[in-house]
Order: sequence, then C-alpha cells, then structure tokens
Amino acid sequence: MQKSTFQAKVGLAEMLKGGVIMDVVNPEQARIAQDAGACAVMALERVPAQIRKEGGVARASDPKMITEIQQAVTIPVMAKVRIGHFMEARILEALEVDFIDESEVLTPADDDFHIEKHDFAVPFVCGCTGLGEALRRIGEGAAMMRTKGEAGTGNIVEGVRHLRSVNGHIRKLTRMRPEELMTEAKNLGAPYDLVKWVAENGRLPVPQFAAGGIATPADAALCMALGAEAVFVGSGVFLSEDPEQRARAIVDAVTHWEDAKKLAEISTGLGKPMSGLEINKLAEHERLAHRGW
Amino acid sequence: MAAAGRSSRAGAAVRTVGVLALQGGWAAHKAALTDLGHTAVEVRTAQQLAAVDGLCLPGGESTTHLKLIERFGLADALDRFVGSGKPVLATCAGLILSARAVEPRQKAFGWLDVEVARNAWGRQVHSFEGEADPPPRGGPFAGQAPLQLLFIRAPRITAVGPGVEVLATIDGEPIMVREGAVIGAAFHPELTPDRRVHRLTFGDPPIG
Repeated sequence: MQKSTFQAKVGLAEMLKGGVIMDVVNPEQARIAQDAGACAVMALERVPAQIRKEGGVARASDPKMITEIQQAVTIPVMAKVRIGHFMEARILEALEVDFIDESEVLTPADDDFHIEKHDFAVPFVCGCTGLGEALRRIGEGAAMMRTKGEAGTGNIVEGVRHLRSVNGHIRKLTRMRPEELMTEAKNLGAPYDLVKWVAENGRLPVPQFAAGGIATPADAALCMALGAEAVFVGSGVFLSEDPEQRARAIVDAVTHWEDAKKLAEISTGLGKPMSGLEINKLAEHERLAHRGW
Repeated sequence: MAAAGRSSRAGAAVRTVGVLALQGGWAAHKAALTDLGHTAVEVRTAQQLAAVDGLCLPGGESTTHLKLIERFGLADALDRFVGSGKPVLATCAGLILSARAVEPRQKAFGWLDVEVARNAWGRQVHSFEGEADPPPRGGPFAGQAPLQLLFIRAPRITAVGPGVEVLATIDGEPIMVREGAVIGAAFHPELTPDRRVHRLTFGDPPIG
C-alpha cells in the first residue's frame, strides 16, 4: 500500500470536478456552503475582498478555526499558505487539511521560490496566469491548477484572460512540430517533458479550475464554457446579499452550464451580488495576480 | 414489473451507458466506457436517464450529489432506473448513495444491502494506491490477477446483507460488492487502466 502518491493527489482533484469550492471564514459559513452543495470549502480568516480592504500582511489561518471547520463539515477542507512558506504548509499538513492552496491572495513569504510540493503528503493547488506558470507549478508537484484571476474584485475579466491564455497556448502546442517544442519550453520557462506531454495530450496533466472574480452563476458558467473543470468562489458568496441562495445557484450553474434555459431560472431573483472593482482602477501593488511567477 | 429482471440482467451486454454528471469524477468513467466501445452519455435530467441502458454513479462528494438529485427532482427517476434491473456501477460517492445506511447519517437509496461509513479510511493524506486480495474463488475474477486499487477519501463497507456477493477485498475487508445488476466499489476503477470492473458491469457492447 502506497499512501499519498501523485495519482492519489490528482484523484482528489478529479473528484472535485464539476463542483464549487467556496471560501468560508467560520464553521457556520462552512455548513451553509455544504448545505448548498459545495464540493469543498476553503478555510481562511478573511475573504480576499476583506484582505484588500483591510491591508496588512495576510498569513495562513489559525489552526483553531481550521480544525473547527473540519469538525463542522464532511466535505474536503482546503486552506491557504503564503507563496513559498513551506512551514505554514507543514502545519496545515499536520492538521490533515485535504488540499493546500499556495496562494497569491496571502502576502508572499518568498519572492524567488515556490514550495517543493512533491515533498508533501497533502496535495497542492496553485494559481496561474498562463501556461508557463501552470507547468512550472506542476513541475514542483501541484496536483491541481486554478487561474489566479483577480481575487476579491468580483470582476471576472482577469479570470477569463487567464483561462483563455492557458487554453489558447495548449491549442498552439498541439499544432507544433516536435522540433519546435524545446524552443517553446525555453520561451515558456517550463519543463520540456511537461511541454511535450501537453502537446501530445492537448490538456494540462492535472485538473484545471477557475478562480478569481466569480460573483454570479453566469460567471461560473462562463468559466466552464472556457474550459474550466470546476470553480472556486471566494468573496462572491458570503459578501452577497443572500449567500444561501447565491451559493446554491452557483453550484447549480456549474452542473447545468450548457443549458441556458436552466441558467436563466437559476439566475433569477438572487438579490444583490457582491459589489465589484474595476481592474484598471487598481494600483500595481494591489494586483494580486502579479504575485508569484 | 419493478425488480423483475434484476439478477438476470447482471453482466448483460448493453450499448449506451449513462454517467450521472452532476458533479465529480464522471469524465473518467466516460473515457473508460468509450475505451470499451460503449456509447457513453452524460446524464443530468430524467429524460437523459430514460434514454440509456446502464448507468455509472461516479465518485465526487455524495452530499453535493444528494443536493443536486433533490433540487433537480431526479430521485424517483433514479429509483425506477435501478429498480428496472438495468446494470449500474456505483463507485465511491456512488456507493454511498446506493447503500442501505450511511454513517454519519444522510439519505441513502438502499439499492445495495450494505452499510457504509464515509471517509472512514481517513482524510486525503491517507488516500492510497494498493492491490486487492487475490480474487475470491467462485467469483467473476477467480484465478485472475488482483485488482489495482486507488482509494480517495474512500468509504468503508461496514456491513453486508445476506443477498450481497463480495467481489473484492483488501486485507479481508469487502471493497466491492454486487446485488442483482448493481455493483458497488469503494475505490476508483475508472482512474486505473484496468477495465475489468466496467466490463463485468456492462458486458462487451454488442457488435453492429
């Protein structure tokens, strides 16, 4: 028997497909998320929109709140660590969280290096803005990728950009001749073996989810239509007027994203979504997607 | 004619197999079925379910599956489908939905006379790959190589009713069972290259 193999890590990501992973800050929200049909929750102390507003250094959560959330629900519990902060990751591993998000939403702990994720028994998810970044993280051992989008803005434009960038680049690789792939790997800054694998298979070697700025059922459906296999919703649920209803609606929309009639029903009368931010009004230091490389 | 042909249809060859595609690992089942030559169809509505001859209930989160079955009014249609004796393969979360009783308590459809405990192998850090015990004598895999197993936050089968056949075990513990045309597995045959479990459930698709 072999525990925590890469296949077992990717296997959990496979089981989260077609689902919604919701940010929650306490056990009550976690229960609401589970009752709405979330396939997992992300336990953190402040959702990204709050982190934006309050500023300061954002760190991994207090183990107490993570443990309380683990006790409150039966679905998988994820938690975030700062980019490069492998000791925060060791602590989350000791708590037996089900997935660690090495996340740009928290303040980076290392400007040069991400975590060596193969070293851990617990699987990791990381954010990406394009294919090179995705393959670098997978090279380090990430078992799931998500777009970075621009977290805490309620604005889907960056998530769309990242999904299109990753998938457009994958399509480009599939049309390349074998001798072009090494140069492409060099230009992407990505491991050659993974570039070759993607060129041959036409997809990432791990599941690819969307995150960053999803606020409505239509946003979630748009991400699915652009090739995401599941979605993360951060601030979009619990900063909206009616979190229960909106949570259910986003779950339903990810299942029925191809059925516009159903989406119309699902989107009806949900109350106000979270208020959003325009990306070009953010200062450079407020752009979370630029953290990590 | 509810449960009439239930056991007689076990292993009957079918062409079109549905995969319940509400959430979870349905894409891998679809790929496995396509590998074997079946026409694999995503099922999200009662109408889609009515058009298939067999069904995979995939892994994923059973609580999510239950909510979506309830919200989209699929419970009766699923009950009728299984009751009609068409072949069903229920893996992981699908096994949990199919059980007679689930710990911690949640709705269960009782398509298999077994009790299961959710996440009973532990959280994700305890998920594992392994090998089943040598297949039981007199069973469908007798004399063959053991099944390769992938367990992900898997349920344990804690009690097995008298009419239920145990098809595979690990360290003597049941991990795959059959009752009539319904096969339940705590592991993920769709995520390994071994297609014996799908072939046993749905047979080889008819030619022509």
